[in-house]
Amino acid sequence: MEAILKLIYLAAAVCFIFGLKRLSHPRTAVSGNQLAAVGMLVAIIATAFDRQILSWQWMIIGIVIGSGIGAVLALKVKMTAMPEMVALLNGFGGAASALVASAEYIRYMTLGQSPPADVAVTIQLSVLIGTVTFSGSLIAFGKLREIVTGTAVTYPLQKTLNAILFLGTVGLIVWLAVEFPLPYILLALAGVGLLLGVLSVIPIGGADMPVIIALLNSYSGLAASMTGFVINNHGLIISGALVGASGLILTAIMCKAMNRSLANVLFGAFGAGAETGTSVIVAGQAIEQPIRQITADDAAMLMAFGKQVVVVPGYGLAVAQAQHEVRELAELLEKKGVTVKYAIHPVAGRMPGHMNVLLAEANVPYDELFDMDVINPEFEHTDVSLVIGANDVVNPAARSNPESPLYGMPILDVDKSRACIVLKRSMRPGFAGVDNELFYATATSMLFGDAKDSIKKLIQEVKEL
Amino acid sequence: MIEGLVDLLVVFVLAMFIGFEVITKVPPTLHTPLMSGSNAISGVTILGAMVVAGRSDTRIATILGMVAVVFAMINVVGGFLVTDRMLHMFKAKPGEQK
Repeated sequence: MEAILKLIYLAAAVCFIFGLKRLSHPRTAVSGNQLAAVGMLVAIIATAFDRQILSWQWMIIGIVIGSGIGAVLALKVKMTAMPEMVALLNGFGGAASALVASAEYIRYMTLGQSPPADVAVTIQLSVLIGTVTFSGSLIAFGKLREIVTGTAVTYPLQKTLNAILFLGTVGLIVWLAVEFPLPYILLALAGVGLLLGVLSVIPIGGADMPVIIALLNSYSGLAASMTGFVINNHGLIISGALVGASGLILTAIMCKAMNRSLANVLFGAFGAGAETGTSVIVAGQAIEQPIRQITADDAAMLMAFGKQVVVVPGYGLAVAQAQHEVRELAELLEKKGVTVKYAIHPVAGRMPGHMNVLLAEANVPYDELFDMDVINPEFEHTDVSLVIGANDVVNPAARSNPESPLYGMPILDVDKSRACIVLKRSMRPGFAGVDNELFYATATSMLFGDAKDSIKKLIQEVKEL
Repeated sequence: MIEGLVDLLVVFVLAMFIGFEVITKVPPTLHTPLMSGSNAISGVTILGAMVVAGRSDTRIATILGMVAVVFAMINVVGGFLVTDRMLHMFKAKPGEQK
Protein backbone atom coordinates (compact mmCIF):
# COMPACT_ATOMS: atom_id res chain seq x y z
CA MET A 1 0.00 0.00 0.00
CA GLU A 2 2.79 2.35 1.03
CA ALA A 3 4.60 1.59 -2.21
CA ILE A 4 1.51 2.11 -4.33
CA LEU A 5 0.96 5.51 -2.73
CA LYS A 6 4.56 6.46 -3.47
CA LEU A 7 4.15 5.39 -7.09
CA ILE A 8 1.01 7.48 -7.40
CA TYR A 9 2.88 10.50 -6.04
CA LEU A 10 5.60 9.86 -8.57
CA ALA A 11 2.98 9.76 -11.32
CA ALA A 12 1.54 13.05 -10.07
CA ALA A 13 5.00 14.63 -10.14
CA VAL A 14 5.45 13.42 -13.72
CA CYS A 15 2.09 15.03 -14.57
CA PHE A 16 3.33 18.31 -13.09
CA ILE A 17 6.56 18.19 -15.08
CA PHE A 18 4.78 17.44 -18.34
CA GLY A 19 2.18 20.04 -17.51
CA LEU A 20 4.84 22.70 -17.01
CA LYS A 21 6.57 21.56 -20.16
CA ARG A 22 3.39 22.13 -22.15
CA LEU A 23 3.30 25.69 -20.83
CA SER A 24 6.07 26.47 -23.31
CA HIS A 25 3.51 27.33 -25.99
CA PRO A 26 0.10 29.03 -25.72
CA ARG A 27 -1.38 26.33 -27.94
CA THR A 28 -0.48 23.47 -25.63
CA ALA A 29 -0.69 25.40 -22.36
CA VAL A 30 -4.37 24.76 -21.61
CA SER A 31 -3.91 21.00 -21.78
CA GLY A 32 -0.69 21.28 -19.76
CA ASN A 33 -2.47 23.00 -16.91
CA GLN A 34 -5.25 20.41 -17.04
CA LEU A 35 -2.74 17.60 -16.95
CA ALA A 36 -1.18 19.07 -13.81
CA ALA A 37 -4.64 19.42 -12.27
CA VAL A 38 -5.41 15.77 -13.01
CA GLY A 39 -2.12 14.78 -11.40
CA MET A 40 -3.08 16.71 -8.29
CA LEU A 41 -6.57 15.20 -8.20
CA VAL A 42 -5.22 11.65 -8.42
CA ALA A 43 -2.69 12.36 -5.67
CA ILE A 44 -5.40 13.82 -3.42
CA ILE A 45 -7.74 10.86 -3.93
CA ALA A 46 -4.91 8.40 -3.27
CA THR A 47 -3.97 10.23 -0.06
CA ALA A 48 -7.54 9.98 1.19
CA PHE A 49 -6.94 6.21 1.37
CA ASP A 50 -3.67 6.57 3.27
CA ARG A 51 -3.72 4.14 6.20
CA GLN A 52 -2.69 6.86 8.64
CA ILE A 53 -6.01 8.61 8.12
CA LEU A 54 -8.50 7.49 10.75
CA SER A 55 -11.24 10.04 10.44
CA TRP A 56 -12.28 11.76 7.24
CA GLN A 57 -14.59 14.30 8.77
CA TRP A 58 -12.24 17.30 9.29
CA MET A 59 -10.31 16.61 6.15
CA ILE A 60 -13.44 16.65 4.04
CA ILE A 61 -14.81 19.79 5.69
CA GLY A 62 -11.48 21.48 4.98
CA ILE A 63 -11.47 20.33 1.36
CA VAL A 64 -15.01 21.57 0.78
CA ILE A 65 -14.38 24.98 2.35
CA GLY A 66 -11.03 25.44 0.61
CA SER A 67 -12.33 24.36 -2.80
CA GLY A 68 -15.32 26.68 -2.45
CA ILE A 69 -13.22 29.71 -1.59
CA GLY A 70 -10.66 28.86 -4.27
CA ALA A 71 -13.29 28.43 -6.97
CA VAL A 72 -15.04 31.69 -6.12
CA LEU A 73 -11.74 33.58 -6.09
CA ALA A 74 -10.65 32.08 -9.39
CA LEU A 75 -13.90 32.75 -11.21
CA LYS A 76 -14.54 36.24 -9.84
CA VAL A 77 -11.09 37.81 -10.01
CA LYS A 78 -10.57 40.46 -12.68
CA MET A 79 -7.61 40.03 -14.99
CA THR A 80 -6.27 43.39 -13.84
CA ALA A 81 -6.19 41.98 -10.30
CA MET A 82 -4.10 38.91 -11.17
CA PRO A 83 -1.02 40.11 -9.26
CA GLU A 84 -3.11 40.33 -6.07
CA MET A 85 -4.59 36.89 -6.69
CA VAL A 86 -1.18 35.30 -7.18
CA ALA A 87 0.18 37.08 -4.10
CA LEU A 88 -2.68 35.73 -2.02
CA LEU A 89 -2.28 32.18 -3.33
CA ASN A 90 1.46 32.30 -2.59
CA GLY A 91 0.65 33.27 0.97
CA PHE A 92 -1.88 30.49 1.47
CA GLY A 93 0.57 27.90 0.16
CA GLY A 94 3.19 29.11 2.61
CA ALA A 95 0.74 29.09 5.50
CA ALA A 96 -0.40 25.54 4.74
CA SER A 97 3.19 24.27 4.75
CA ALA A 98 4.00 26.00 8.04
CA LEU A 99 0.86 24.53 9.63
CA VAL A 100 1.63 20.98 8.51
CA ALA A 101 5.17 21.22 9.85
CA SER A 102 3.90 22.60 13.18
CA ALA A 103 1.41 19.75 13.45
CA GLU A 104 4.27 17.29 12.92
CA TYR A 105 6.13 18.91 15.80
CA ILE A 106 3.07 18.49 18.00
CA ARG A 107 2.85 14.85 16.93
CA TYR A 108 6.38 14.19 18.12
CA MET A 109 5.42 15.87 21.40
CA THR A 110 2.38 13.64 21.93
CA LEU A 111 4.46 10.59 21.06
CA GLY A 112 6.90 11.82 23.69
CA GLN A 113 9.95 11.33 21.49
CA SER A 114 12.21 13.98 20.07
CA PRO A 115 12.44 14.15 16.28
CA PRO A 116 15.79 13.26 14.71
CA ALA A 117 17.97 16.32 14.17
CA ASP A 118 17.40 16.50 10.42
CA VAL A 119 13.62 16.36 10.83
CA ALA A 120 13.79 19.01 13.56
CA VAL A 121 15.70 21.36 11.31
CA THR A 122 13.38 20.84 8.33
CA ILE A 123 10.34 21.41 10.57
CA GLN A 124 11.82 24.74 11.56
CA LEU A 125 12.77 25.72 8.02
CA SER A 126 9.30 24.80 6.88
CA VAL A 127 7.71 26.93 9.61
CA LEU A 128 10.10 29.80 8.94
CA ILE A 129 9.79 29.90 5.15
CA GLY A 130 6.06 29.28 5.35
CA THR A 131 5.39 32.13 7.75
CA VAL A 132 7.68 34.54 5.87
CA THR A 133 5.80 33.67 2.67
CA PHE A 134 2.44 34.12 4.35
CA SER A 135 2.93 37.54 5.92
CA GLY A 136 5.11 38.79 3.06
CA SER A 137 2.42 37.83 0.55
CA LEU A 138 -0.28 39.53 2.59
CA ILE A 139 1.75 42.75 2.63
CA ALA A 140 2.36 42.42 -1.11
CA PHE A 141 -1.37 41.90 -1.57
CA GLY A 142 -2.05 44.99 0.54
CA LYS A 143 0.39 47.04 -1.49
CA LEU A 144 -1.13 45.94 -4.77
CA ARG A 145 -4.62 46.66 -3.44
CA GLU A 146 -3.29 49.98 -2.11
CA ILE A 147 -4.43 49.11 1.41
CA VAL A 148 -0.77 49.39 2.37
CA THR A 149 1.25 52.25 0.92
CA GLY A 150 2.79 51.36 -2.42
CA THR A 151 5.88 53.42 -1.81
CA ALA A 152 9.00 51.98 -0.27
CA VAL A 153 8.79 52.39 3.49
CA THR A 154 12.08 53.09 5.20
CA TYR A 155 12.80 53.78 8.84
CA PRO A 156 15.90 54.39 10.92
CA LEU A 157 18.02 51.38 11.87
CA GLN A 158 16.19 49.24 9.28
CA LYS A 159 19.28 47.24 8.43
CA THR A 160 20.30 46.86 12.08
CA LEU A 161 16.86 45.57 13.00
CA ASN A 162 16.89 43.10 10.11
CA ALA A 163 20.35 41.88 11.12
CA ILE A 164 19.23 41.38 14.72
CA LEU A 165 16.16 39.48 13.57
CA PHE A 166 18.27 37.31 11.32
CA LEU A 167 20.67 36.42 14.12
CA GLY A 168 17.72 35.80 16.42
CA THR A 169 16.24 33.40 13.88
CA VAL A 170 19.47 31.44 13.63
CA GLY A 171 19.61 31.31 17.42
CA LEU A 172 16.06 29.96 17.68
CA ILE A 173 16.74 27.32 15.04
CA VAL A 174 19.85 26.07 16.84
CA TRP A 175 18.01 26.02 20.17
CA LEU A 176 15.09 24.09 18.70
CA ALA A 177 17.44 21.60 17.07
CA VAL A 178 19.23 20.86 20.31
CA GLU A 179 16.39 20.74 22.82
CA PHE A 180 12.97 19.11 22.74
CA PRO A 181 10.14 19.85 23.32
CA LEU A 182 10.01 23.63 23.11
CA PRO A 183 6.57 24.40 21.69
CA TYR A 184 6.65 28.05 22.70
CA ILE A 185 10.01 28.55 21.07
CA LEU A 186 8.59 27.09 17.86
CA LEU A 187 5.73 29.54 18.20
CA ALA A 188 8.28 32.32 18.67
CA LEU A 189 10.02 31.17 15.50
CA ALA A 190 6.71 31.43 13.66
CA GLY A 191 6.25 34.93 15.10
CA VAL A 192 9.70 35.98 13.96
CA GLY A 193 8.94 34.52 10.53
CA LEU A 194 5.76 36.58 10.27
CA LEU A 195 7.64 39.69 11.33
CA LEU A 196 10.44 39.02 8.84
CA GLY A 197 7.90 38.63 6.05
CA VAL A 198 6.31 41.99 6.85
CA LEU A 199 9.62 43.80 7.29
CA SER A 200 11.14 42.43 4.10
CA VAL A 201 8.22 43.39 1.84
CA ILE A 202 7.30 46.76 3.43
CA PRO A 203 10.40 48.48 1.99
CA ILE A 204 9.62 47.31 -1.56
CA GLY A 205 8.14 49.90 -3.91
CA GLY A 206 5.27 49.24 -6.31
CA ALA A 207 7.26 48.80 -9.50
CA ASP A 208 9.55 46.24 -7.85
CA MET A 209 6.53 44.06 -7.17
CA PRO A 210 7.21 41.70 -10.09
CA VAL A 211 10.44 40.62 -8.38
CA ILE A 212 8.82 40.16 -4.99
CA ILE A 213 5.85 38.21 -6.31
CA ALA A 214 8.18 35.91 -8.20
CA LEU A 215 10.37 35.48 -5.11
CA LEU A 216 7.39 34.72 -2.86
CA ASN A 217 6.24 32.23 -5.49
CA SER A 218 9.58 30.51 -5.14
CA TYR A 219 9.34 30.57 -1.32
CA SER A 220 5.91 28.94 -1.35
CA GLY A 221 7.40 26.10 -3.39
CA LEU A 222 10.42 25.77 -1.13
CA ALA A 223 8.15 25.69 1.93
CA ALA A 224 6.20 22.81 0.37
CA SER A 225 9.47 21.04 -0.38
CA MET A 226 10.68 21.45 3.22
CA THR A 227 7.39 19.99 4.43
CA GLY A 228 8.11 17.06 2.13
CA PHE A 229 11.39 16.53 3.99
CA VAL A 230 9.51 16.61 7.30
CA ILE A 231 6.91 14.01 6.38
CA ASN A 232 9.25 12.06 4.10
CA ASN A 233 7.11 12.55 1.00
CA HIS A 234 8.84 12.62 -2.39
CA GLY A 235 5.77 14.08 -4.08
CA LEU A 236 5.97 17.22 -2.00
CA ILE A 237 9.72 17.52 -2.40
CA ILE A 238 9.63 17.23 -6.19
CA SER A 239 6.63 19.49 -6.72
CA GLY A 240 7.89 22.07 -4.27
CA ALA A 241 11.30 22.09 -5.95
CA LEU A 242 9.69 22.62 -9.37
CA VAL A 243 7.83 25.66 -8.07
CA GLY A 244 10.89 26.88 -6.21
CA ALA A 245 12.92 26.68 -9.42
CA SER A 246 10.20 28.40 -11.40
CA GLY A 247 9.99 31.30 -8.97
CA LEU A 248 13.77 31.67 -8.89
CA ILE A 249 13.99 31.81 -12.68
CA LEU A 250 11.30 34.46 -12.88
CA THR A 251 13.01 36.42 -10.11
CA ALA A 252 16.27 36.33 -12.03
CA ILE A 253 14.57 37.39 -15.28
CA MET A 254 12.88 40.33 -13.56
CA CYS A 255 16.10 41.47 -11.88
CA LYS A 256 17.96 41.27 -15.16
CA ALA A 257 15.25 43.32 -16.87
CA MET A 258 15.86 46.06 -14.34
CA ASN A 259 19.63 45.67 -14.36
CA ARG A 260 19.63 45.32 -10.60
CA SER A 261 20.77 42.63 -8.24
CA LEU A 262 18.28 40.83 -6.04
CA ALA A 263 20.02 42.34 -3.00
CA ASN A 264 19.49 45.79 -4.44
CA VAL A 265 15.78 45.14 -4.97
CA LEU A 266 15.35 43.70 -1.48
CA PHE A 267 17.37 46.24 0.45
CA GLY A 268 17.72 49.19 -1.93
CA ALA A 269 14.35 50.79 -1.03
CA PHE A 270 14.13 51.96 -4.63
CA GLY A 271 11.68 54.79 -5.15
CA ALA A 272 11.66 55.83 -1.50
CA GLY A 273 12.19 59.41 -2.60
CA ALA A 274 15.68 59.35 -1.13
CA GLU A 275 17.38 59.60 -4.49
CA THR A 276 20.86 61.00 -4.85
CA GLY A 277 21.36 64.71 -5.29
CA THR A 278 22.41 64.36 -8.90
CA SER A 279 19.15 62.88 -10.08
CA VAL A 280 17.22 65.66 -8.38
CA ILE A 281 19.31 68.19 -10.27
CA VAL A 282 18.68 66.29 -13.49
CA ALA A 283 14.99 66.46 -12.76
CA GLY A 284 15.25 70.16 -11.98
CA GLN A 285 16.88 70.91 -15.30
CA ALA A 286 14.41 68.88 -17.23
CA ILE A 287 11.38 70.68 -15.89
CA GLU A 288 12.62 73.87 -17.54
CA GLN A 289 12.15 72.32 -20.95
CA PRO A 290 8.90 72.74 -22.85
CA ILE A 291 6.66 69.80 -23.62
CA ARG A 292 4.40 69.39 -26.63
CA GLN A 293 0.78 68.50 -26.18
CA ILE A 294 -1.21 66.89 -28.94
CA THR A 295 -4.95 66.80 -29.53
CA ALA A 296 -6.74 63.52 -30.09
CA ASP A 297 -7.54 64.27 -33.72
CA ASP A 298 -3.92 65.11 -34.57
CA ALA A 299 -2.78 61.98 -32.81
CA ALA A 300 -5.36 59.89 -34.67
CA MET A 301 -4.21 61.34 -37.98
CA LEU A 302 -0.56 60.68 -37.19
CA MET A 303 -1.28 57.03 -36.46
CA ALA A 304 -3.80 56.34 -39.20
CA PHE A 305 -1.51 57.63 -41.93
CA GLY A 306 1.55 55.79 -40.69
CA LYS A 307 2.74 52.37 -41.80
CA GLN A 308 3.52 50.93 -38.42
CA VAL A 309 2.34 51.77 -34.93
CA VAL A 310 3.84 50.15 -31.86
CA VAL A 311 1.78 50.16 -28.67
CA VAL A 312 3.80 50.21 -25.45
CA PRO A 313 1.59 49.34 -22.48
CA GLY A 314 2.53 49.89 -18.84
CA TYR A 315 0.96 49.70 -15.43
CA GLY A 316 -1.19 52.73 -16.31
CA LEU A 317 -3.06 50.55 -18.80
CA ALA A 318 -3.98 48.11 -16.04
CA VAL A 319 -5.03 50.89 -13.68
CA ALA A 320 -7.27 52.47 -16.32
CA GLN A 321 -8.48 48.99 -17.43
CA ALA A 322 -8.18 50.25 -20.99
CA GLN A 323 -7.10 46.97 -22.63
CA HIS A 324 -10.36 46.51 -24.58
CA GLU A 325 -10.20 50.07 -25.92
CA VAL A 326 -6.60 49.54 -26.99
CA ARG A 327 -7.59 46.49 -29.01
CA GLU A 328 -10.46 48.36 -30.62
CA LEU A 329 -8.15 51.21 -31.61
CA ALA A 330 -5.62 48.74 -33.00
CA GLU A 331 -8.28 47.00 -35.08
CA LEU A 332 -9.47 50.30 -36.54
CA LEU A 333 -5.91 51.22 -37.46
CA GLU A 334 -5.32 47.79 -39.01
CA LYS A 335 -8.39 48.27 -41.17
CA LYS A 336 -6.75 51.42 -42.47
CA GLY A 337 -3.70 49.41 -43.46
CA VAL A 338 -1.51 50.24 -40.50
CA THR A 339 0.56 47.45 -38.96
CA VAL A 340 0.03 47.43 -35.20
CA LYS A 341 2.43 45.69 -32.85
CA TYR A 342 2.70 45.57 -29.08
CA ALA A 343 6.01 45.97 -27.29
CA ILE A 344 6.15 44.26 -23.91
CA HIS A 345 8.87 45.12 -21.42
CA PRO A 346 9.56 42.26 -18.98
CA VAL A 347 8.80 44.40 -15.92
CA ALA A 348 5.86 46.34 -17.34
CA GLY A 349 3.02 46.06 -14.83
CA ARG A 350 3.10 44.49 -11.42
CA MET A 351 3.98 40.87 -12.13
CA PRO A 352 5.77 38.86 -14.81
CA GLY A 353 3.57 38.66 -17.91
CA HIS A 354 0.94 41.04 -16.50
CA MET A 355 0.53 42.98 -19.78
CA ASN A 356 0.27 39.81 -21.85
CA VAL A 357 -2.63 38.55 -19.78
CA LEU A 358 -4.46 41.86 -19.97
CA LEU A 359 -4.11 42.06 -23.74
CA ALA A 360 -5.05 38.40 -24.11
CA GLU A 361 -8.21 39.15 -22.15
CA ALA A 362 -9.01 41.87 -24.69
CA ASN A 363 -8.58 39.30 -27.48
CA VAL A 364 -5.30 40.62 -28.78
CA PRO A 365 -3.64 37.66 -30.56
CA TYR A 366 -0.48 36.69 -28.70
CA ASP A 367 1.57 36.75 -31.89
CA GLU A 368 1.12 40.53 -32.07
CA LEU A 369 2.92 40.86 -28.74
CA PHE A 370 6.68 41.24 -28.99
CA ASP A 371 9.35 40.95 -26.33
CA MET A 372 11.84 43.72 -25.85
CA ASP A 373 14.74 42.11 -27.73
CA VAL A 374 12.60 41.40 -30.78
CA ILE A 375 10.84 44.73 -31.03
CA ASN A 376 13.72 47.10 -30.23
CA PRO A 377 15.34 46.98 -33.70
CA GLU A 378 11.91 47.75 -35.17
CA PHE A 379 11.44 51.15 -33.60
CA GLU A 380 13.60 52.77 -36.28
CA HIS A 381 11.02 51.78 -38.87
CA THR A 382 8.07 52.72 -36.70
CA ASP A 383 6.00 55.79 -37.47
CA VAL A 384 4.30 56.17 -34.14
CA SER A 385 5.02 54.65 -30.74
CA LEU A 386 1.95 54.89 -28.56
CA VAL A 387 3.08 54.77 -24.92
CA ILE A 388 0.18 54.01 -22.59
CA GLY A 389 0.88 54.46 -18.91
CA ALA A 390 4.48 53.29 -19.12
CA ASN A 391 7.29 55.46 -17.88
CA ASP A 392 10.55 54.10 -16.51
CA VAL A 393 10.71 51.30 -19.08
CA VAL A 394 10.90 53.88 -21.91
CA ASN A 395 13.21 56.38 -20.22
CA PRO A 396 16.20 57.01 -22.53
CA ALA A 397 18.23 58.11 -19.51
CA ALA A 398 18.69 54.40 -18.82
CA ARG A 399 20.88 54.32 -21.94
CA SER A 400 22.47 57.75 -21.95
CA ASN A 401 22.75 59.16 -18.45
CA PRO A 402 25.18 57.38 -16.10
CA GLU A 403 23.94 59.63 -13.28
CA SER A 404 20.42 58.29 -13.51
CA PRO A 405 19.28 55.63 -11.04
CA LEU A 406 17.81 53.83 -14.03
CA TYR A 407 21.14 53.76 -15.90
CA GLY A 408 21.88 50.37 -17.40
CA MET A 409 18.33 49.07 -17.31
CA PRO A 410 17.34 47.71 -20.71
CA ILE A 411 14.51 49.81 -22.12
CA LEU A 412 12.18 49.90 -25.10
CA ASP A 413 13.75 52.30 -27.61
CA VAL A 414 10.58 54.25 -28.38
CA ASP A 415 12.63 57.42 -28.76
CA LYS A 416 14.05 55.99 -31.99
CA SER A 417 10.66 55.89 -33.67
CA ARG A 418 9.65 58.79 -35.91
CA ALA A 419 7.03 60.05 -33.51
CA CYS A 420 6.04 59.13 -30.02
CA ILE A 421 2.69 59.80 -28.39
CA VAL A 422 2.58 59.43 -24.64
CA LEU A 423 -0.74 58.87 -22.90
CA LYS A 424 -0.37 59.95 -19.31
CA ARG A 425 -2.42 61.37 -16.49
CA SER A 426 -0.02 64.16 -15.59
CA MET A 427 3.66 65.02 -15.65
CA ARG A 428 4.20 63.16 -12.39
CA PRO A 429 7.49 61.23 -12.64
CA GLY A 430 7.40 57.45 -12.75
CA PHE A 431 7.91 55.07 -9.90
CA ALA A 432 11.65 55.56 -9.71
CA GLY A 433 11.03 59.25 -9.05
CA VAL A 434 13.14 60.08 -12.08
CA ASP A 435 12.04 62.61 -14.65
CA ASN A 436 11.72 61.17 -18.14
CA GLU A 437 13.57 63.06 -20.86
CA LEU A 438 11.51 61.20 -23.45
CA PHE A 439 8.63 63.54 -22.65
CA TYR A 440 10.69 66.57 -23.67
CA ALA A 441 12.11 65.12 -26.88
CA THR A 442 11.16 66.88 -30.08
CA ALA A 443 9.54 63.79 -31.55
CA THR A 444 7.35 63.26 -28.49
CA SER A 445 3.92 64.68 -27.86
CA MET A 446 1.81 64.23 -24.79
CA LEU A 447 -1.86 63.40 -24.58
CA PHE A 448 -2.94 64.01 -20.98
CA GLY A 449 -5.89 62.36 -19.29
CA ASP A 450 -7.16 58.99 -18.14
CA ALA A 451 -5.86 56.35 -20.54
CA LYS A 452 -9.30 54.89 -21.16
CA ASP A 453 -10.85 58.28 -21.99
CA SER A 454 -7.93 59.26 -24.19
CA ILE A 455 -8.09 56.04 -26.18
CA LYS A 456 -11.85 56.37 -26.55
CA LYS A 457 -11.28 59.83 -28.03
CA LEU A 458 -8.62 58.40 -30.35
CA ILE A 459 -11.06 55.69 -31.49
CA GLN A 460 -13.67 58.34 -32.21
CA GLU A 461 -11.22 60.43 -34.21
CA VAL A 462 -9.88 57.49 -36.21
CA LYS A 463 -13.45 56.50 -37.09
CA GLU A 464 -14.15 59.99 -38.37
CA LEU A 465 -11.09 60.12 -40.60
CA MET B 1 19.00 8.82 9.77
CA ILE B 2 21.42 10.99 7.82
CA GLU B 3 21.21 8.56 4.93
CA GLY B 4 17.47 9.19 4.63
CA LEU B 5 18.09 12.92 4.53
CA VAL B 6 20.67 12.53 1.80
CA ASP B 7 18.23 10.49 -0.31
CA LEU B 8 15.64 13.22 -0.01
CA LEU B 9 18.25 15.86 -0.84
CA VAL B 10 19.12 13.98 -4.03
CA VAL B 11 15.49 14.04 -5.07
CA PHE B 12 15.20 17.73 -4.19
CA VAL B 13 18.29 18.84 -6.11
CA LEU B 14 17.46 16.79 -9.20
CA ALA B 15 13.90 18.14 -9.19
CA MET B 16 15.26 21.69 -9.01
CA PHE B 17 17.32 20.99 -12.13
CA ILE B 18 14.32 19.59 -13.95
CA GLY B 19 12.42 22.70 -12.88
CA PHE B 20 15.12 24.99 -14.27
CA GLU B 21 15.24 23.09 -17.57
CA VAL B 22 11.48 23.03 -18.07
CA ILE B 23 10.66 26.55 -16.90
CA THR B 24 13.41 28.27 -18.91
CA LYS B 25 11.47 27.30 -22.03
CA VAL B 26 8.29 29.07 -20.97
CA PRO B 27 7.92 32.26 -23.05
CA PRO B 28 7.44 35.63 -21.28
CA THR B 29 3.89 35.80 -22.67
CA LEU B 30 2.91 32.95 -20.38
CA HIS B 31 4.74 34.07 -17.26
CA THR B 32 1.59 35.03 -15.37
CA PRO B 33 -0.19 31.71 -16.03
CA LEU B 34 3.09 29.99 -15.16
CA MET B 35 3.06 31.68 -11.76
CA SER B 36 -0.56 30.89 -11.00
CA GLY B 37 -0.19 27.35 -12.32
CA SER B 38 2.97 26.64 -10.36
CA ASN B 39 1.18 28.17 -7.41
CA ALA B 40 -1.46 25.51 -7.69
CA ILE B 41 1.31 22.90 -7.79
CA SER B 42 2.83 24.28 -4.59
CA GLY B 43 -0.56 23.51 -3.05
CA VAL B 44 0.74 19.92 -3.07
CA THR B 45 1.15 20.47 0.68
CA ILE B 46 -2.49 19.36 0.70
CA LEU B 47 -1.24 15.79 0.73
CA GLY B 48 0.51 16.35 4.04
CA ALA B 49 -2.32 18.49 5.39
CA MET B 50 -4.90 15.75 4.70
CA VAL B 51 -2.91 13.19 6.66
CA VAL B 52 -2.49 15.57 9.60
CA ALA B 53 -6.19 16.48 9.60
CA GLY B 54 -7.29 12.85 9.42
CA ARG B 55 -4.80 11.23 11.76
CA SER B 56 -6.76 12.15 14.93
CA ASP B 57 -3.58 12.75 16.99
CA THR B 58 -4.65 15.53 19.29
CA ARG B 59 -7.30 18.14 18.91
CA ILE B 60 -4.79 20.92 18.25
CA ALA B 61 -3.01 18.93 15.54
CA THR B 62 -6.34 18.16 13.88
CA ILE B 63 -7.31 21.83 13.91
CA LEU B 64 -3.96 22.87 12.46
CA GLY B 65 -4.37 20.16 9.85
CA MET B 66 -7.83 21.28 8.87
CA VAL B 67 -6.78 24.92 8.52
CA ALA B 68 -3.85 23.73 6.41
CA VAL B 69 -6.24 21.73 4.23
CA VAL B 70 -8.37 24.85 3.69
CA PHE B 71 -5.37 26.99 2.75
CA ALA B 72 -3.83 24.37 0.49
CA MET B 73 -7.12 23.64 -1.21
CA ILE B 74 -7.71 27.34 -1.96
CA ASN B 75 -4.27 27.25 -3.52
CA VAL B 76 -4.93 24.13 -5.59
CA VAL B 77 -8.45 24.87 -6.81
CA GLY B 78 -7.96 28.63 -7.14
CA GLY B 79 -4.62 28.23 -8.88
CA PHE B 80 -5.64 25.65 -11.48
CA LEU B 81 -8.99 27.29 -12.23
CA VAL B 82 -7.66 30.80 -12.67
CA THR B 83 -4.82 29.50 -14.82
CA ASP B 84 -7.31 27.66 -16.99
CA ARG B 85 -9.41 30.81 -17.29
CA MET B 86 -6.39 32.84 -18.28
CA LEU B 87 -4.97 30.37 -20.75
CA HIS B 88 -8.26 30.18 -22.62
CA MET B 89 -7.81 33.86 -23.43
CA PHE B 90 -4.55 33.42 -25.28
CA LYS B 91 -5.36 33.15 -28.95
CA ALA B 92 -3.29 33.27 -32.10
CA LYS B 93 -4.23 35.43 -35.09
CA PRO B 94 -7.35 33.85 -36.66
CA GLY B 95 -5.56 33.04 -39.92
CA GLU B 96 -2.61 31.36 -38.27
CA GLN B 97 -4.40 28.87 -36.06
CA LYS B 98 -3.59 25.33 -36.89
